[in-house]
Amino acid sequence: MLIRWSAAAAAAIMLSSPILLQKASAADKPTDPQIAHIAYTAGVIDINAAKQAQKKAKSKDVKAFAEDMLRDHEAVNKQALALVKKLNVTPEDNEASKALSRQASDKLAELDKLDGTAFDKAYVANEVAYHKAVNGTLETQLIPSANNAELKRLLQTGLKIFRGHQQHAEHVAAELK
Amino acid sequence: MKPGRLASIALAVVFPSMVVPAHAATIRITMEDLVISPADMSAKVGDTIEWINKDVFAHTATAKNSDFDVMLPPQKSATFVLKKAGTIDYYCRYHPNMKATLKVEP
Repeated sequence: MLIRWSAAAAAAIMLSSPILLQKASAADKPTDPQIAHIAYTAGVIDINAAKQAQKKAKSKDVKAFAEDMLRDHEAVNKQALALVKKLNVTPEDNEASKALSRQASDKLAELDKLDGTAFDKAYVANEVAYHKAVNGTLETQLIPSANNAELKRLLQTGLKIFRGHQQHAEHVAAELK
Repeated sequence: MKPGRLASIALAVVFPSMVVPAHAATIRITMEDLVISPADMSAKVGDTIEWINKDVFAHTATAKNSDFDVMLPPQKSATFVLKKAGTIDYYCRYHPNMKATLKVEP
C-alpha cells in the first residue's frame, strides 16, 4: 500500500490540488523514517530553488524572499537532522521523496531557461504553489501520520513557518503583477 | 553571623529584585514557536528589553517606527535599552506574523 500512498502524496504535492489528496487509511500511513525523508527532501528542494533564485532573480523583493527561504528551510532541515540523530532513526527513501525530487529537478531546468522578470514571476508562482501543496500534505497526511511526538512537533512548527512563506510568496507575486 | 543577617541574605536570594535599583529593570520577552510572549508589555524609559529567541530560526525585533531593529540569531538573545516613551509596535522582519507591542512610560 505504500506505493499507492506515496504516489498520491507526490501527486498532491506536485499538483497542489487538495482534491487529489486521498485520505490514507491506517495501513497506508507513511512511517516516521519515511515522513522524515519526505519532509527533509521537500526542504532541500526549496533550498535549491532559492539558490537558483539568488543567482538569477532580478527583483530586490524576490532576492530577499529567496534569502528568507534559504535561512528558514536550512534551519528546519538542520533541526530535522539533529532530531533523527537523537532518535536514532534513519530517514528512509520512498516513492514520494523520489517523485518530489524528480519533479523538482524538472522545475529547476524549466526555470533555468528563463531570465529577468520572467524568471522572477515563474519562481514566485512556483513557490506559492509549492508551499501550498507541501502545507496541505503536512497538514492532512504527514502530521497525522507521525508517531513520534518530537517529529510531530517539528512538522507542526514547519507548517507554521511554511504558511508564513506561502503568504509572503503570495504577497511578492501580487507585487510583481 | 547573626540570624538577622542570614535572613536578609535569604531575602536577597529569594527576591533579587529587592536589592537591584528599581529604576533599571530588565524585561524578558520570549520568542518561541514563532510567537512573541508576552505580546503586550509595559516598560519605562531606561529599562532594558531582552528578547530571548528559543527558536531554531533567526528572528528580528523590528519597531514599526524604526526605533529599533534587533537581530536575534537562532537560540540567542539580545537586548535594547528603551530611550523614548510611547507605544511601539514591533514585529519580526523574517516572519511578519510575529507581532507585539511595547508600552514605554516616561
